[in-house]
Amino acid sequence: MSDKILMKGNEAIAEAAIIAGCRHYFGYPITPQTEIAAYMAKKMPKIGGCFLQAESEIAAINMVYGVSSAGKRVMTSSSSPGVSLKGEGLSYLAGSDLPALIVNVQRGGPGLGGIQPSQSDYFQSTRGGGHGDYHMIVLAPASVQEMADLTVKGFELADTYRMTSMILADGTMGQMMEPVSLDFDVKPEIEKPWATTGTKMAREHNIVNSLSLVPEELEEFNFKRYDRYKVIEENETMFEEYMTEDADIVLAAFGIAARVSKNAVDEARKMGIKAGLIRPITLWPFPKAPFKAAAEHCKAFISVELSMGQMIEDVKLASECRRPVYLCNRAGGMIPDPKQVLDSIIKVNGGNN
Amino acid sequence: MNYKRLTILCGHYGSGKTNIAVNMAFDLRMQRERVAVADLDIVNPYFRSKDSLKDFEERGIRLICSDFASSNVDLPSMPADLYSITDDRGLSVILDIGGDDRGALALGRLKELIMEENDYEMLMVINRFRPLTPDAESTVEVMREIEYACGIPFSGIINNSNLAEETTAEDVLDSMKYAEEVSALSHLPVVLTTVKESLYDELKDKIHPLMGMTLQKKPI
Repeated sequence: MSDKILMKGNEAIAEAAIIAGCRHYFGYPITPQTEIAAYMAKKMPKIGGCFLQAESEIAAINMVYGVSSAGKRVMTSSSSPGVSLKGEGLSYLAGSDLPALIVNVQRGGPGLGGIQPSQSDYFQSTRGGGHGDYHMIVLAPASVQEMADLTVKGFELADTYRMTSMILADGTMGQMMEPVSLDFDVKPEIEKPWATTGTKMAREHNIVNSLSLVPEELEEFNFKRYDRYKVIEENETMFEEYMTEDADIVLAAFGIAARVSKNAVDEARKMGIKAGLIRPITLWPFPKAPFKAAAEHCKAFISVELSMGQMIEDVKLASECRRPVYLCNRAGGMIPDPKQVLDSIIKVNGGNN
Repeated sequence: MNYKRLTILCGHYGSGKTNIAVNMAFDLRMQRERVAVADLDIVNPYFRSKDSLKDFEERGIRLICSDFASSNVDLPSMPADLYSITDDRGLSVILDIGGDDRGALALGRLKELIMEENDYEMLMVINRFRPLTPDAESTVEVMREIEYACGIPFSGIINNSNLAEETTAEDVLDSMKYAEEVSALSHLPVVLTTVKESLYDELKDKIHPLMGMTLQKKPI
């Protein structure tokens, strides 16, 4: 019998987190990610873990701060409006160099918006989310299997670099069901000598804090943090390329938009148009190299997004504006269909086909 | 299949209730004139019977469903014509009860009327490939939670073990042992096994009774 199980994207995140050793979940329900909390509520008490429905998103993110300070793997999840509420906590986590996993299953915005899928929190996620100079590692799954895989990866990266990893999914990824294999090789958790685990009168106090009263010192913290970001940009960038080697028209898309785009690339190829796709898996660090390389031979880029055009700015920066970059999009909870993307490819290619 | 007036489908979310409800309604409509599907999910706003509204209308099947299902309005609400399920005894109804035990609370509202009339089947849809019901013990635990919430005891089991498009005939055959274990532990019969249409011919001589199902269209 198949060793796979049939999971919703939200469930895959929850189960993968448990497999990765996460025993602390704090959250507040919001569609379309509520199944993560529901799964944790059912499972955590059975394995000696802690599920706690906080009184608000703000409380939940500060509980994450507390557990992370104590050196344990911890996560929270929400959807767009709820992640905005967590913004202050995200900044404090960054200022204190604390690892954590944050999940954002995006819905249409701004404001309370709607419950249909969206990718319009790209700016918020890749530029930090809260105040101050910082980044999060932002991972963009495009299948239920990747929801699980990137959750495990997210915990490992967070611990390695002492920072927040975010799973940036959209409502479709959270709600869709696909067969998943949960056969992971989880690396042993690394030592956290900085954690506030009690001195046992044998060492100096560890202090976890984001307050710096001396500006020279605060500047030094920022410099060091950005040195670390440079290492991450060099070593941890992930992307998938699909038929880009000879492509004239190169699409850029992540998550559900990448699945739609892949179909459109296949259709375009059938018509004789050389189309290809670059799918960033890490949105921060953004995979600049494949765009720079594609700009050598392609005629144009098309950024396919469930937003008014946010990643398009990174595509322009990564390709150093050497080719025109067009936008093919839907917003507010709508999803572009393969035909819309194909029409966009045909138009950009010159409309000859 | 022989239907009672009311066929109530319950189960863990994602077990396949809605898909079975839709296919059962098509089947039942071949046997009876006045057929309805009642979608009483008060938890999940997505993947509702309402997604098949066009198919129902073409076949003359009535849909009893909250106005807010499959809409952007994320409101737990009951259909305005809820009581036609129990009041209109000339109507044969497939009840799609989503949302686990919390969802089954909504069904409890009709419990007394349903049990008094006593022309119903209360069926538990099970899928061995779902993460929280991989074995008989966990599945029966979910059954008990649903019964506790709605107050109506189950009368049978539908084995819908599947891995969506990837399901093989072997997966279904292997799942029969699991279904029998659930049956033994709950003292209830497996009344039906459901498979995607493409597996029906391969399995029809091996599993009885078996229903082949067309998959409900996804909204995208």
